[in-house]
Amino acid sequence: MLRLLNLELQKLLLNNVSKVLIFISFILPFTVLILSSIKINFFNLFTLELGELGVFNFPIIWHITTFFASQFKFFFAIVVVSMIGNEYSNKTLKQNLIDGLSKKEFILSKFYTIVFFSLLATILIGVAAFCIGMYYSSYKEASIIFRETNFLLAYFVKLVGFFSLCLLFGMLVKRSAFALAFLFVLYILEWIVFGLLVWQTNMELAEKIQNFFPLKSMYKLIDQPFQRIMMTKFPEKMDLAYDYAVHWYEIVIVLVWTAIFVILSYKLLKNRDL
Amino acid sequence: MEPILTITNLTKKFGYLTAVQDLSFTINKGNVYGILGPNGSGKSTTLGIVLNVVNKTSGNFHWFDGNISTHNALKKVGAIIERPNFYPYMTAYQNLKLVCKIKEVPFEKIEEKLEIVGLLDRKDHKFRTYSLGMKQRLAIASALLNDPEILILDEPTNGLDPQGIHQIREIIKSIAANGTTILLASHLLDEVEKVCSHVVVLRKGVKLYSGRVDEMINSYGFFQLKATEQSQLLNILETNPTFGKITTENDLITAFLNEPMDASTLNKLMFEKGITLSHLVKRKESLEEQFLQLTDNK
Repeated sequence: MLRLLNLELQKLLLNNVSKVLIFISFILPFTVLILSSIKINFFNLFTLELGELGVFNFPIIWHITTFFASQFKFFFAIVVVSMIGNEYSNKTLKQNLIDGLSKKEFILSKFYTIVFFSLLATILIGVAAFCIGMYYSSYKEASIIFRETNFLLAYFVKLVGFFSLCLLFGMLVKRSAFALAFLFVLYILEWIVFGLLVWQTNMELAEKIQNFFPLKSMYKLIDQPFQRIMMTKFPEKMDLAYDYAVHWYEIVIVLVWTAIFVILSYKLLKNRDL
Repeated sequence: MEPILTITNLTKKFGYLTAVQDLSFTINKGNVYGILGPNGSGKSTTLGIVLNVVNKTSGNFHWFDGNISTHNALKKVGAIIERPNFYPYMTAYQNLKLVCKIKEVPFEKIEEKLEIVGLLDRKDHKFRTYSLGMKQRLAIASALLNDPEILILDEPTNGLDPQGIHQIREIIKSIAANGTTILLASHLLDEVEKVCSHVVVLRKGVKLYSGRVDEMINSYGFFQLKATEQSQLLNILETNPTFGKITTENDLITAFLNEPMDASTLNKLMFEKGITLSHLVKRKESLEEQFLQLTDNK
């Protein structure tokens, strides 16, 4: 396993473009997080300090940081599709196989890399959120700090699932740009199907089915936190209440999709003449 | 003899097109094999199948004794397919390091092999800055990294300038001299003739011949003759059953043998008949002539 990860890391880290993209995808959410945590003074007119809003309180900080950090997953998605696209355009995939890598090992080396970077991103965000929380949070009891750390698990699963989807699209179309376009097409397709479901059945059932769609199921892992922030500000408004927690079945759905994406990628490669 | 690669009844279809049809042959250790065939005869497809990049339609192949998976067997094989494929943004050394990791061989081999192909002084230059000849030599270095049991070369001199072709041939010859089994696919016959002891001839995916180069067609060779008394010479040759087909081109007579005869016997015979030859050469058909004869007959 380490051999395969090592192989892929050499391919990625010696490539300047992917090096920059990896750097961006890790550093950017980090910087945004740090910037947002400092006090910004707008020409002495008013000061904006997000910490004052209570968004950096434990345990809500886990929810907010993972939600915003996951918006930056797109940068690494480019890395994932290009690491497949490059293998095809340089014909190095063919050469790797001739040199004695099996098709299974090839897919696994990509998948391990995805897991590796997802884990790294999760750890980084976890540490950053912990530090900022320790600085700003009004509550610092261990039981409160570590409540809802399952958002970190959700974040990790979400990244692995999304990048595995990118892996499949990369293998499917062989070209990075088209693979990214496919992601967009899938996004639209999911909404069209959702629209049809609403039209044919009813809203409630359609929403339930929608939660099983690949992109939607990943999004559902970490619900938007805005409503929750509002809830903490106006606890008396009951109509704001919604279910934002990470549920085990949401994680299972995404894990099942991940397995499907990886296995399909392998089947695709296996049946292809290079 | 120890078999390295055994192919039995291998068939590959691309839709309606049959690229390889019912192909069987065995590669034994220590010989230098050539796969001959015009463009599109299924050479590269056959190599692609045994190298794990093309899926077979039916039939079988196995490496060595057959108890090893294809991808593990390939770690003991060195292969170059058509064009050199490397990561353009990595240096030669880094590219070979990656191959070492795949083949699970120590990095110490890298410099040794770069030395063989004469690229040691360029090892830290990026692959994309290399000329085609250098790329091809790097590919050979890469194929040699694991000290392979067999070296497979598919059109290794394609697209190179004469100097590059010469360099690659010299490298191949020196590798063959070390006793490494080589499988060389090419449509350049003189290339194969110079290095191979055995050939497999393919046309449209069908095997026409496999065996030793010198036994490819039943032939005792031919004489090329010239004499001032040309009509008399022709007369003698035509009445002698030793000779088969006789052709005359300008004043050069070519007489094909039906049974073995050496040049001095012929010279003596002619002298006894009172004919003085001004030109006498005994030759065997070149591989090119044999190949054309073989592919035309069927």
